Amino acid sequence: MMSKLRALDNRRLGFLSGIGDRWHALPKPWRIAFGLAFVVFLFALPRINIPFFRTVETDFTTVLWTVAIYVLVAVGLNVVIGLAGLLDLGYIGFFAVGAYSVALFGSPQSVLATKYPWLVCVPIAIALTMLSGVLLGWPTLRVRGDYLAIVTLGFGELIRLIAEKGDALTNGPRGIAEIPYPPGKWPAGVNSEWTGLDMFGPVTSLGWYWLTLVLVIVCMWAARRIEHSRVGRAWLAIREDEDAAEIMGVQAFRFKLWAFAIGAALGGLSGAIFAGKQNFMSSGSFELMTSILFVAMVVIGGSGNLAGVTLGAILVWYLPFKLQDFNITIDGERINFTEYRLLLFGLALIVIMTFRPQGLLPKRYRSSQPPAAAKEEVPV
Amino acid sequence: MQFEYWLDNFWSLTVGGLTQGAIYALVALGYTLVYGVLRLINFAHSEVFMIGTFAVPIAWTAIGYGRDAHPSGLGSVVLLFAVGLIAAALASAATAMLVERVAYRPLRPKNPPSLIFLITAIGASVVLSEAVGLLVKRKPMGAMTLIQPKEVFTIFGTSVDNVQLLVVGAAIGMMLLLDQFINRTRAGRGVRAVAQNPDAAALMGVNRDRIILMIFMLGGIMAGGAALLYMIKVGSTKYDAGFLLGVKAFAAAVLGGIGNLRGALLGGLLLGVVENWGAGLIGDKWIDATAFVVLVVILMFRPTGLLGESLGRARA
Repeated sequence: MMSKLRALDNRRLGFLSGIGDRWHALPKPWRIAFGLAFVVFLFALPRINIPFFRTVETDFTTVLWTVAIYVLVAVGLNVVIGLAGLLDLGYIGFFAVGAYSVALFGSPQSVLATKYPWLVCVPIAIALTMLSGVLLGWPTLRVRGDYLAIVTLGFGELIRLIAEKGDALTNGPRGIAEIPYPPGKWPAGVNSEWTGLDMFGPVTSLGWYWLTLVLVIVCMWAARRIEHSRVGRAWLAIREDEDAAEIMGVQAFRFKLWAFAIGAALGGLSGAIFAGKQNFMSSGSFELMTSILFVAMVVIGGSGNLAGVTLGAILVWYLPFKLQDFNITIDGERINFTEYRLLLFGLALIVIMTFRPQGLLPKRYRSSQPPAAAKEEVPV
Repeated sequence: MQFEYWLDNFWSLTVGGLTQGAIYALVALGYTLVYGVLRLINFAHSEVFMIGTFAVPIAWTAIGYGRDAHPSGLGSVVLLFAVGLIAAALASAATAMLVERVAYRPLRPKNPPSLIFLITAIGASVVLSEAVGLLVKRKPMGAMTLIQPKEVFTIFGTSVDNVQLLVVGAAIGMMLLLDQFINRTRAGRGVRAVAQNPDAAALMGVNRDRIILMIFMLGGIMAGGAALLYMIKVGSTKYDAGFLLGVKAFAAAVLGGIGNLRGALLGGLLLGVVENWGAGLIGDKWIDATAFVVLVVILMFRPTGLLGESLGRARA
């Protein structure tokens, strides 16, 4: 039974890598054309009526936006877990710092009362989260890897505690409302009902979905560039063997701190978008269990691989919404699938780590050896 | 800062801290045992404790002592204490052994990096707490008051009641039993051997898998004891009651020197006291933040903890 499943999964992987090979074999203009077509498809997705794929129960555009924002989170967390190999269990802390920065600097209700517009708040949020990443990383990145997980967990909980108990600053569970959003009005011709209304206002999530999608694409491109740069190679070396990397002259601590800061900045950016879209921020949005879901989406999808973590984010955030549509009942009680989400993805973590630790879409490494040298390799 | 308040209530804060710290210490023993032998953090240990806390009121209700019962007489109290202890220890030990079988043993032959074990343990922890949460519909569960708090004596003007005495005494007693077991029995020698050098121990005929399973079981029994004391002291539990206590107990284990049994006791008691002082100084609502700050400070200045890490080297 087990071996059959394994064989089936190997065939699935073979199929996937076959697709990957074909893709890389395509001439570059074709790849660019297909890539652009896919991006256009993603932008049009809320208006295309694909049967079955569309969610009925929840507004489909909002679902797409939710998935997009968590793909952004996954891209950021992937830098920390997938590339640098640091298990960060408190990533929600950075998300929260980003969200609260926007709320505190932007909302007229906050104690700071600076009332900066959203576009000014975002760089502040990114700077503050980077700073908090460095402040957290400075003392803790020197300790052994498995301690880091607990310390970051503590950090996430600490941020939540400050959000909940620091009434003077965050207004606790009552929260901060009137968080600003980006400027812009819907032009005529998109939808007659929206013309002249705020593009990022409460009337529709479409503007936010498009904005988030643009940021996801930009951040993915940037993450790929970093991965293939000197910094990315240093991360890979540290992840595989920190001592060996140190001996080869890689300053492990410095690069780990960079990974932490960059990951934190992306978390802060997603938090800033989240705050602007929600328009309201309270301590209830940052449960630590969400942080475990963040880790689950990176690890289940395939840490280190951008396509993998995207798949992970889709599984964790789209699937419960879709399952909601089927209206399954047990003993006359309607099943709420978001209730079961943690249970299912907890199980998935155990199963995936036991049978395929690389995740559903494993990362493929290009051989850095020249082909001739690879042939000479002596089997051990 | 409420320095005045802290000074006025110094001894009552200390006594309260010691009581809470005794429970941390018992849970910390579980982390320390597993870390000492496997060099891995058993993230699911907080859930092992949580399931123990649920076992106590379930067992008491099963023998006719529901939420509102009032046991009278020393005999019935002792009997109920024993029933609660056995139920919690059984439930916790069974959970810990299940975690070992599901999240640790299948991976061990592949010898993966410790990060992989940590993720399966996180998975196990989430599954256990969510499963219990769904079973009890995320409602809290209360137990009867086994012992009415009654002042026994006063020290420096602070009254010490019987519950506090019982909690600290029972925790130290269990810890001493465990210490003797590890240091004096044949099985304990096996534990120390595997902790020191697993390969050499295997060559000398120690069954490594059995020792590891036993380690989880012992940690589970200690967590069961902690669960009973927690229910006597606090009186009610929730499906997520383990999480925060687990992180604090881990902090306690690191504080005393993870892998060191006596360190876990010292770390637990110390963390409880420091936490209570912190709460007295800067306000009650920050009590949960103190443990994290202590953890970070310890990792910065003395990552091996106060007594150093040594399960293998203790009486080598």
